[in-house]
Amino acid sequence: MKLSLARQRKRKITYSYLALIPFLVFFLFPLYWMLITSFKPDTEISSLKGIPLIINSAPTLAHYKYILFETRYVKWFWNTLQISVVVTVITMVISILGAYAISRLRFFGSRYFGVGIFCTYLVPPALLFIPFYKVVGILGLLNSKWCLLFLYPTLTVPFCTWILIGYFTAIPKALDEAAFVDGATYIQMLTRVFLPVAAPGLIAATLFAFTVSWAQFLYPLAFLYRDEEKVLTNGIYTTLIRGDVYFWGELMSGALLASVPVVILFAFLMDYYIAGLTRGSIK
Amino acid sequence: MAKVTLSNVCKNFGKVEAVAGFDLEVEDKEFLVLLGPSGCGKSTTLRMIAGLEELTDGSIYIGDKLVNDLPPRDRRIAMVFQDYALYPHMTVYQNMAFGLKLRKHPKAEIDQRVKEAAEILGIQNLLERKPRELSGGQRQRVAVGRSIVRKPAVFLFDEPLSNLDAKLRGQMRVELSKLHDQLNTTIIYVTHDQVEAMTMGTKIVIMKDGFIQQVGPPMEIYEYPVNKFVGGFIGSPGMNFLPARIVAENSKTYVETKSFRLLIPENKVSYIQNHGNLEVILGIRPEHIQDSAFADASSITDTFKAMVEVVETLGAEVQLDVASGEYNLTARVDPRTRAQRNQEIELAVNMEKIHIFDTEPPNQRVVTEKR
Repeated sequence: MKLSLARQRKRKITYSYLALIPFLVFFLFPLYWMLITSFKPDTEISSLKGIPLIINSAPTLAHYKYILFETRYVKWFWNTLQISVVVTVITMVISILGAYAISRLRFFGSRYFGVGIFCTYLVPPALLFIPFYKVVGILGLLNSKWCLLFLYPTLTVPFCTWILIGYFTAIPKALDEAAFVDGATYIQMLTRVFLPVAAPGLIAATLFAFTVSWAQFLYPLAFLYRDEEKVLTNGIYTTLIRGDVYFWGELMSGALLASVPVVILFAFLMDYYIAGLTRGSIK
Repeated sequence: MAKVTLSNVCKNFGKVEAVAGFDLEVEDKEFLVLLGPSGCGKSTTLRMIAGLEELTDGSIYIGDKLVNDLPPRDRRIAMVFQDYALYPHMTVYQNMAFGLKLRKHPKAEIDQRVKEAAEILGIQNLLERKPRELSGGQRQRVAVGRSIVRKPAVFLFDEPLSNLDAKLRGQMRVELSKLHDQLNTTIIYVTHDQVEAMTMGTKIVIMKDGFIQQVGPPMEIYEYPVNKFVGGFIGSPGMNFLPARIVAENSKTYVETKSFRLLIPENKVSYIQNHGNLEVILGIRPEHIQDSAFADASSITDTFKAMVEVVETLGAEVQLDVASGEYNLTARVDPRTRAQRNQEIELAVNMEKIHIFDTEPPNQRVVTEKR
């Protein structure tokens, strides 16, 4: 018997969701594992008995208390937040001006500039930290968290500029011209017309810059040694992994707390992020 | 309100000459239409007047002021774009008020001007909406309103009706004409649609390949096109063109094609004879070819026979596609015609209204009357 259109549609949606379950499990399982491990006592974490997928004994907040009160976690969190916010601002200023110039202004070589900027993104950071070490040393910023303000933009600016070039190009040029005819200067046109229209692309670039800065591991590990200068990534790693001893409970609780700001940001801005990444790709 | 003068204006894009040696005076309060096919340089000319394109050479005056190096905001112009270019993140009110806000007009004055313009255009109830919540016609009105509030010396319109459907286009043509009367201001209007040009403009500039072909009032251009291009561009359906030659026989002068000959009226003969060249291009508008059974008796006509290929009944008239020898012609005849497909018909040509063009490019018109 042929099903009605409504029932056919319902069946298709059900199958689609069922097909998504394995992906859901694959991506969410590590987070679940982190969550339950952060509440398991040390004895249960190292025990081979019991069901590992649940908390068998009474959950504990000991790991959270340890990282918050016995380590410099709060200081690392604050350092990470400072650096991420400032780097995001630096990145957005440079990327917006660069992307606008490349997408809107006609100058010699502008066509190739955009491609060139993206190509710099293809250079692996692992190759760059050696010459950067010399540069940071000359600047006298070794072992200072502020050296990251020079290093992180090398990772964030190329990609953000590339996203914004695509996004800006999709905005009709007539909008700029209408603003000029209405009496706007370049800065007024940019701030009062162009950037508000480009908001989804800006949000996408901002999220990217923030996330990269927040989660960056290699550069802090290479350049920051003092506890008070560390950020979350290298702080957690160096303090909670000593030799071959892994403090799993503290590691999981530290990592979970570290992911909260990014999760909150994405929860509110995910739609803009996706729209911003995909919009500029279609003319 | 102001006069606009373009003096030897040129614009090159690399090696491409988009506008060449453009000389034009737009009188105060005139509704001037720049008309031509795509790529003829009309929008580029408009954009140079607006200050959105730099001139390669020449000068532009708005009033007595040389504006070549002035940015758009200092030229006292307002522009309506082809796709309206409304700011999508602003309401209709904010769109219309934006220009005045930038110029730091008092809030009360902005409010008054916006509401006045909204009333003129009938969009008072749309002021709190965003552009995405408007229809095409409403957006177009908001774009016009954004220009009106600024009270510019010159309004510039860049094909503002091209994104509208045919019915709405017809309505908006009437409204824009009324607006011109109401505002009593200088308008420069770009279009590729000759119906818009003929119905709205007080003066039309026909352009082709960056050059001005003809400047004049609509009826002058319609009745006395200076060359074959203008003759064919104005009028719908377009003018029929046939290669012909001038033949004198028994003290009469004829224009002769391969399949028929037509007697040229006496008052035209001396002009044509002065032209000298016997090989010409004969131009006849479809509306000047009639079914001879219903031809206007007061006109000087001559007839020829043709085979009817297509009959299109349009209500107020009938459009015939006919074949005469190797030539295909279009005729707009009286609706009482009994013409039928694959039947021969006798057609009468109004010989006062024929056009003779030179065979050599640019196919200049041979003057056939005293004006």
